[in-house]
Amino acid sequence: MPCANSLRPVLIEDWRHGGFGLYTHWPFCEAKCPYCDFNSHVSRQIDQTRWRDAYLKEIDRVGALTRGRVLDTVFFGGGTPSLMDPETVHAILERVRRTWPMRNDPEITLEANPSSVEARRFRGYAEAGVNRVSLGVQALNDDDLRLLGRLHSVAEARQAFDIARDHFDRVSFDLIYARQNQSLAQWEAELREALSMAVDHLSMYQLTIEQGTAFGDRYNAGKLRGLPEDDVSADMYERTQEICEAAGLPAYEVSNHARPGAESRHNLIYWRYGDYVGIGPGAHGRLTLNGQKIATEAWKSPDAWLKNVDQATPDRVHRSVSSQDAVGELIMMGLRVNDGIDIERIRQFGPHAGFDAAVQELTDLGMLQIADGRIQTTPSGRMVLNAVVERLLPDQ
Amino acid sequence: MTPLSKIRNFSIVAHIDHGKSTLADRLIQSTNTVADRDMKEQLLDSMDIERERGITIKANTVRIDYKANDGETYVLNLIDTPGHVDFAYEVSRSMRAVEGSLLVVDASQGVEAQTLANVYTAIEADHEIVPVLNKVDLPAAEPERVAEQIEDVIGIDASDACLISAKTGIGIPDVLEAIVNRLPPPHEGEVDAPLKAMLVDSWYDAYLGVIVLVRIVDGVLKKGMRVKFMANGTLHHVDRVGVFRPEMQAVDQLGPGELGFLTASIKQVRDTRVGDTITNDRNGVTEALPGFKPAQPVVFCGLFPVDSAEFEDMRDAIEKLALNDASFSFEMETSAALGFGFRCGFLGLLHLEVIRDRIEREYNIDLITTAPSVIYHVYMRDGEMIELHNPADMPDPSKIDHLEEPRIKATILVPDEYLGDVLKLCQERRGIQEDLTYAGTRAMVVYDLPLNEVVFDFYDRLKSVTKGYASFDYQMTGYRQDNLVKMQILVNDEPVDALSVMVHRDRAELRGRAMCEKLKDLIPRHMFKIPIQAAIGGKVIARETLAALRKDVTAKCYGGDATRKKKLLEKQKAGKKKMRQFGRVDIPQEAFISALKMDG
Repeated sequence: MPCANSLRPVLIEDWRHGGFGLYTHWPFCEAKCPYCDFNSHVSRQIDQTRWRDAYLKEIDRVGALTRGRVLDTVFFGGGTPSLMDPETVHAILERVRRTWPMRNDPEITLEANPSSVEARRFRGYAEAGVNRVSLGVQALNDDDLRLLGRLHSVAEARQAFDIARDHFDRVSFDLIYARQNQSLAQWEAELREALSMAVDHLSMYQLTIEQGTAFGDRYNAGKLRGLPEDDVSADMYERTQEICEAAGLPAYEVSNHARPGAESRHNLIYWRYGDYVGIGPGAHGRLTLNGQKIATEAWKSPDAWLKNVDQATPDRVHRSVSSQDAVGELIMMGLRVNDGIDIERIRQFGPHAGFDAAVQELTDLGMLQIADGRIQTTPSGRMVLNAVVERLLPDQ
Repeated sequence: MTPLSKIRNFSIVAHIDHGKSTLADRLIQSTNTVADRDMKEQLLDSMDIERERGITIKANTVRIDYKANDGETYVLNLIDTPGHVDFAYEVSRSMRAVEGSLLVVDASQGVEAQTLANVYTAIEADHEIVPVLNKVDLPAAEPERVAEQIEDVIGIDASDACLISAKTGIGIPDVLEAIVNRLPPPHEGEVDAPLKAMLVDSWYDAYLGVIVLVRIVDGVLKKGMRVKFMANGTLHHVDRVGVFRPEMQAVDQLGPGELGFLTASIKQVRDTRVGDTITNDRNGVTEALPGFKPAQPVVFCGLFPVDSAEFEDMRDAIEKLALNDASFSFEMETSAALGFGFRCGFLGLLHLEVIRDRIEREYNIDLITTAPSVIYHVYMRDGEMIELHNPADMPDPSKIDHLEEPRIKATILVPDEYLGDVLKLCQERRGIQEDLTYAGTRAMVVYDLPLNEVVFDFYDRLKSVTKGYASFDYQMTGYRQDNLVKMQILVNDEPVDALSVMVHRDRAELRGRAMCEKLKDLIPRHMFKIPIQAAIGGKVIARETLAALRKDVTAKCYGGDATRKKKLLEKQKAGKKKMRQFGRVDIPQEAFISALKMDG
């Protein structure tokens, strides 16, 4: 029986355009970084066994909902997942393999801090089955690392990077740019240095001041000085695209660069609006069940999450996504990646009345292009993606 | 009924922030007129806007019973009056209803702009004036110097001024005694004569209908009487007679010299003419009190609902506000860009802002306000004269013979050191100096100015160039021909009718450039570059280009961000809906007023 909220039958399988992945959130950090608005907590005492059991219980629960699906990717995010005992990671991945059939070459990523302490656990993670790490290097300049509240040094990061390369096939790292007092020339030099280290994947984020963070508070109080002017950060972004492309690491998403074929498959699930289950405090999920796209959000605080897992109520939010919202999410996520979105896919969801006119207008403005039946952002469209997506969303 | 000798009617004259409302609160409180538990700050300012802005818009009254040191109990009636030039008219009529004034001056700041205009109004109304120096407890207070200044500048004796701190209550008993001993009782008043009462003010109350504030001159006003409003001869049955304490309290009757209210099931404020004389329906007086001439709106602007679906709600709101404000006029207007709205007339710019704020707050309707304008007289070649309230209605220029604009006589009192800036400001606004005299260290300049140069931000500019030490008043003088043109603003090559203004030809380039620059800052960047032009007829006289948006993209957006980031974009989109779309350009509401402001 179709109900009011259910997607049309053709959409039941829509998630297959993106694939199916598991996100595991580890909520703890050694220290809270001043720019970070992720769900992270600093705790001196973590009962690894209790946490392991909770994750396993969660895998059993979501496994039962998605029986028979082939799992493409696993991603350990945080927080700082490199604070997890390798045994915990091992137990989780073992349970994952028992729960879902996995594709032949699954991508199993773990986010790690590039400190010497954590690098010692890399071997254990690799043995547990992790085959890709993403290192939070953030800057190649010790002063700036301190400003960003990072606990590692550049030398330590380079060392951790080398150790990671010994253990994992795929190693990526993150950088934050458009930092305080950073000039275009300084960033170019740092970027070239990063490219000389990079294997096949780099994530480079322009510093974003988020509300509710230490930087946000300082910014609101007018005390965060030296941030680049809009035009300078636009120049930095453009130069980053050019330099990476010339170095063979073109952007495949707003802030992500890879050698063709080395893209993060897990993150592509988000951008291609596939299905993903999220477990762990504050983790989000999108799951097509019984013809409905369900959005889930787990309890945010670690304690609350643990308690609720015990009571089999781990999700604070569990709601079906309307077609209208689904098409909005599909557009917002899909236009971030180079190959864009299959127009047919958007049609299936039934876009709002003004959608075609908006696409036409944005195409005329040179922000969008249509190629091979796909809507894609142009380089200039990508730079003003928020404005583009806003234009494409329906009027409220 | 209170004998005349036991009545004192008075108002308080003060500059903003000098403590008028606090003193009123203290007088009310120290006489136990209001129980302590019901006391709130600025008791007489009943509207939110009044409390927030620290201004008084409508006159308010309170009746205070005071047992004086002589053992007698006196009835003190305080009328609180607005201080702004827009409401000078209300001040003058309120003052006609009382016999004395307290002149409150901040003992550290000294005499300031608004004090002057209002104190002269009080002197014109033959008031006895008791100077009160407030805030004497502050370290910076210089009561002697300020008393001297009052004598020099205003020319009244300030040797026995009351020294008070309204905030702490110091000196309040002295003020009460001064009211009793130094202000006169009502001058005349026969109990047995036919009723003769002045209609001081009136406003609409949803439950009681129109409430009429009256000052009894002769005779007695009682519940159940039939009275005649002499201006239009209408008869009314008095339902209720009462006084303000400051909430309404019914009394049996009001006698000579007393201030109070009546209600008589009157539906509209328009049916009650301020300054009218109220008398008995039979055998009443035949000669009315002198009365006042009604206030005429001089500033016009368009008000449009942001959401066109709210037009009917807006009509309702405007009609309700007009019930209570006879000086506010309105008629329906259609704009190509803004849809349906109203062309409204106001006493001045503050009046405009107050009405607009009240519609937005009390009725929860977002509004777009168009450039304020005055009434131009357009003489056509065929001899016809058209009154132009809105530049958008300007007839075909080839059919126009000439235009006339309203002029005013502006009187400005200013300390010597700011005189140069004031003269410069008046010259810039096409003023013609008519007089320049000195009173002590103060200059008094009289200028003949075009009203359209004054309606917008003249008062703000005057305050800013004189640090608030200037007082300003004006009267309409008549119409005069000048070289006036309609200037259009084009945004992305589309004319925005709501931004059209009438300007003097010689000032058009300057104004056009200023408006284009302002709009460039006020309009957010779009995905394309936007030319902003000022034009007269088909000729572009100024141009700016708003560069295209270069970068606006969320750096990080993964699975956990989808919900929140999408909400954020939806919220931004909803925010843009509050703007107005002209072609493909979103123009924020504040642009329609801010673009007109002329800086430095």
